[in-house]
Formats: sequence, structure tokens, C-alpha cells
Amino acid sequence: MSSKGVGLSARQIISKIFVYAILAIGSIVILLPLQWMISTSLKPLSHVFRFPPEFWPREIVWQNYPDALTQLPFDLYFANTMFIVVLCLLGELIVSSVVAYAFSRLRWRGRNALFIVVLATMMLPRQVTLIPEFIVFRHLGMIDTFWPLILPSWFGNPFYIFLLRQYFLTHSRELDQAAVIDGCSRFGVFWRITMPMSKPVLGAVAIFSFQFHWNDFFRPLIFLLDQDKYTLALGLRFFQGTYGTEWNSLMAVSLVVMLPLIIVFFFAQKYFIQGVVFTGYK
Amino acid sequence: MSLAQFVKNQGGFANLSISYKRGETLLAWAMISPWVAGFLLLTAFPMVASLALSFYKWNIISTPEYVGLANYHKLFFSDPLPMHSLKITVIFSLASIPLNIVFGLVIAMLLNTNIRGLAVFRTIYYLPAILSGVAVAILWQWIFSSDFGLLNTALRIFGIEGPAWLGSKIWVLPAFVIMRLWSVGGGMIIYLAGLQAIPTDLYEAAEIDGANWWQRIFRITLPMLSPTIFFQLITGVIFTMQIFTETFIMTNGGPANASLFYLLYLYRQAFQNFKMGYASALAWVFFLAILLLTIILFATAKFWVYYEAESEGDN
Repeated sequence: MSSKGVGLSARQIISKIFVYAILAIGSIVILLPLQWMISTSLKPLSHVFRFPPEFWPREIVWQNYPDALTQLPFDLYFANTMFIVVLCLLGELIVSSVVAYAFSRLRWRGRNALFIVVLATMMLPRQVTLIPEFIVFRHLGMIDTFWPLILPSWFGNPFYIFLLRQYFLTHSRELDQAAVIDGCSRFGVFWRITMPMSKPVLGAVAIFSFQFHWNDFFRPLIFLLDQDKYTLALGLRFFQGTYGTEWNSLMAVSLVVMLPLIIVFFFAQKYFIQGVVFTGYK
Repeated sequence: MSLAQFVKNQGGFANLSISYKRGETLLAWAMISPWVAGFLLLTAFPMVASLALSFYKWNIISTPEYVGLANYHKLFFSDPLPMHSLKITVIFSLASIPLNIVFGLVIAMLLNTNIRGLAVFRTIYYLPAILSGVAVAILWQWIFSSDFGLLNTALRIFGIEGPAWLGSKIWVLPAFVIMRLWSVGGGMIIYLAGLQAIPTDLYEAAEIDGANWWQRIFRITLPMLSPTIFFQLITGVIFTMQIFTETFIMTNGGPANASLFYLLYLYRQAFQNFKMGYASALAWVFFLAILLLTIILFATAKFWVYYEAESEGDN
């Protein structure tokens, strides 16, 4: 705020150093678990249980990765996960946007009252509805299929509806009206004006959705039984149950499972941060 | 400010005298129809159904048998585990949520001091917040290993012999609290955005008035951030109480049920023992417990959450 150009006082310099030191130590603490994960994944098993443990592997065994990843059909689990994640993501993006548009850009009676219902469902712990949901899907013969994992995403997600609505509200109404006067339909306004103008928030929703469904464990655990249908999360859990103390293999597979998320994070960090900010503000 | 008012104020044109157009209303209902269907099929109906089920005994195969309040009686009086698991879930949340808020705030304030490399630090601190689920749980299980784990290895550098963490009835909950602190960056990002939105003239005015650093924090920064903190607190309660994957993977509720969080017990009753009626009662009690906590927090809000709009007196 005030430090530009002018020389800093000794006190300001000391406090700056103090701030950097704390942030640096904090960063090390934050990164250490990941370093530990990488280091363990590259050690031979005999070195994993060496006392005292070593922070850096003395001997690097790249072979741990192919060995671990071929113990179970992780390529199949990856394909299953991607299938579910992509279909959930598309559903949540499309349906939540359409719903959010009606809640922000159209005028109709009862709009605000219904939006409060949306907010209330956002607060609802999903476990309350889980048992009847399970029973319904069982009656529909959908247990052990991907449907119970994908279908709910196509009914709009209250959290994303909230996010998108907040963003749509910031657009000016004059633009909509001008387009309507020029003969654009209401839906045309949504599709050709609102959506292209909302790329940041759509990016944020896409990333949140990807992150959530990639990490999701609870619902696949309940709805999937057959090993051929396992997602990566279920496969990883199964792997842990079978090779419980081979920590080098476990770390290798866990890291590979985390990797797509980390890559997406580095490329789309902007959207992550914007999205979080949209949510947390008000 | 009430929720209804909040929604209305945000609507922008709520104060104009509105004549609703029929076509627009129809289009609106068409556009929200997936959500309406989802609300009825995936929320409203299942909620009523689970309430109804909670008065029945049903193993999913036999015909349901009406048992009145027996499930609730068992839950509160004869089965000790539901209240035990609710208690440890609340204790865990009461430790984890405030610690995450405090650490998140401190890091955000440090980052908001005109430092170089802000983007790098922000990336590092935020990274763990995007990771969760089974892979993270397995990583932390290894970190908490008493002989070969990272945490006790690091503690030994300082001459401290760490406990058995996940194997200890006393230390298992602190272990989960520590693990959750790793993702402190999620809240930090939000506080940082909030801090950057505080008008600097407030601080300049305070400085002219001779306010010291502490006064600026407690009289300006925290009050201005209080709505953000409040939002984090509410969502924190809802999400932290739902802890499941970590305990399922790392301890399976042990040792001696010391980490038997509520949802793990619910999961066992519903999907391992197939006691659908009893599990529904458990689900409703859980829902009411969270609702109660949320209501209590909302009731405290008027004492510490500061909304600018109220002081302007224009509503």
C-alpha cells in the first residue's frame, strides 16, 4: 500500500523478513506430505521399513510404478471414472446453467421464494435422502450400474445453480433487452449471450464438478459392487485391502490417482480460485 | 439480514413494480423443470420416505414391519453407539472448524501484506485443498505410522517421541484434526479475496486516528470479514460433520470405536447390516443435529456478524 518507491524503515524490513520466514516454513510443511509420498513411492520395499526413515530414497526404483499399476486393472478403473466424471460434469454444467438463468435473468412470480428452497437443499446433508434413493434405484434395477452416480447430476446441482445465478446477476439487463428487440429469442439470449459471457464461472463449475466426482468415494461404494465397474477410488481402496503394507506401491498408485487433479489444478488454477471466491463471499 | 431479504436484495430489480409476462413465466418454469423434478424425486420424496421408514423395521428383503418409535428408543437409550459417534463427530468438528478458520485467516493476512511471490505461495497453500478422498486418506495413514511415518520422524528431529496416532484412543481424533488442517488453503483463498475487497481508506482513516495494528485487526479486518467467516463456519459444520472416507480407509472406526464417526455407523447399519428402518432414524437424527447446530450459529450471528447494509439504514 505505502511501500512503493520509498525506502523501507528498518522495522518494516524486519517485519517483511518475518512474514516471508513464516510463509516459507508453512509452505514446507504443506509440501512435505507430497514429498514424502513421492519419496516412499520410489523406495524399494526393504528401505520403506528402515529405521530411522529416510527423507530421500537412497536407491530409486522407477519399476515400482508399472509393477503397482498392473496389479489391478487400473486402466479399466480409469476409464470407468472418466465416463462417470464426464457425464456428471456435462449434466451439471448444462442443467445448472439453464436453471440458474431462470433464477437470475427472467422475471416470474415466486422466483425468490423458490430460490430459497434451492439454498436450503444446498445445506441438506445428502445422507438423509440416501436410503430411499438406494431403495428406488434398487427397484429400478440400477444397483451396480453407473446410473445412480450419473442421473442425479442431470437434475441440477443446487450449489452450482447458486454459483451461476450469482454470476448471471452481474450481467446488465440492457444487453438482454437489446438482443430481444433485435429478434433474438429468450433462449437464444441465454445460449448466445449469457453463456459465452460466463466462461469464468462455467470453468469454475466444470472444475468443481470434476474434482468432486473424481474424488467421490461414498456413492460408488454404495451403488457399485462388481469389480469391473469400480472407479479409481474403489480400486484404490481394494488395492489397499490387498497390499495393505506395501507402502511404496500404495504411494505410487495414490499419487497416480491424484495426478490428473494436480495437472488440472496447475493449468486451470485461475478458475479454481475464481470459483472459490464466487462461493465464499457473501 | 434474513435469508429472504438477502435473496431479494440481490435480485436487483426487486423494487420495481413488476408486471410479470406470461411467456417469460412459462419459459422460466420450463427452464427450472429439471431442478423441480430433481427436488421432488431426489429430495422431497426421499426425505418423507426416510422419515416414514424410520418407524419401520426392514431388512430390504422382508416386508417392512411397523414398530412405532422403537428405532428412536433404541437409538437414544439402548444402543450406546449412535450417541457416542455423534459426540465424537461433534468434538472433532468443534476442534477442526475453528482451527481451520484461524489458520486460514492468519495465512491470508500474511499473504495480504504486499509480498512478492503471492501467486506461488497461494498455489502451494491451496494445492492440498483440491485433493481429497481415498488417495489422501492412504497418504495420511502412512504419515501417521508410528515407527516409519513422516510425522513421528519429523518429531524425532526435535527429540519428541510421537504417539501411535491412529492406533491410540486418545490421539486418533487429533490425528484427523491435523490431517484436515492440511487443506486449510481452501478457506484461506476465500479470506484472501475478502481481505483484498476491504477498502484501504478504512485503514488509512484508522491510521490517522492513531489505531495500532491490533486495533486495526479487531476493529476493521475481522468485522469486515465476519460475513465470510460466518459462511465458512456454516458450511464447515455441514461438511465436517459428514466425515466418512478418511475414517473408513484409515481406521475403520477404531481403535475401540474412538474414531467411529456418525456416518460410518450409519453406513454400517444401512449397507452392511441392511437395517433400513434403523438407519433412516439415524439419518434423521443426524439431519436434526446439523440443523440444530446451524440454527444455534445463526442465532449467534447478530452478536458478531457485521453486515454493511444494516448500518447504512437504507432498507
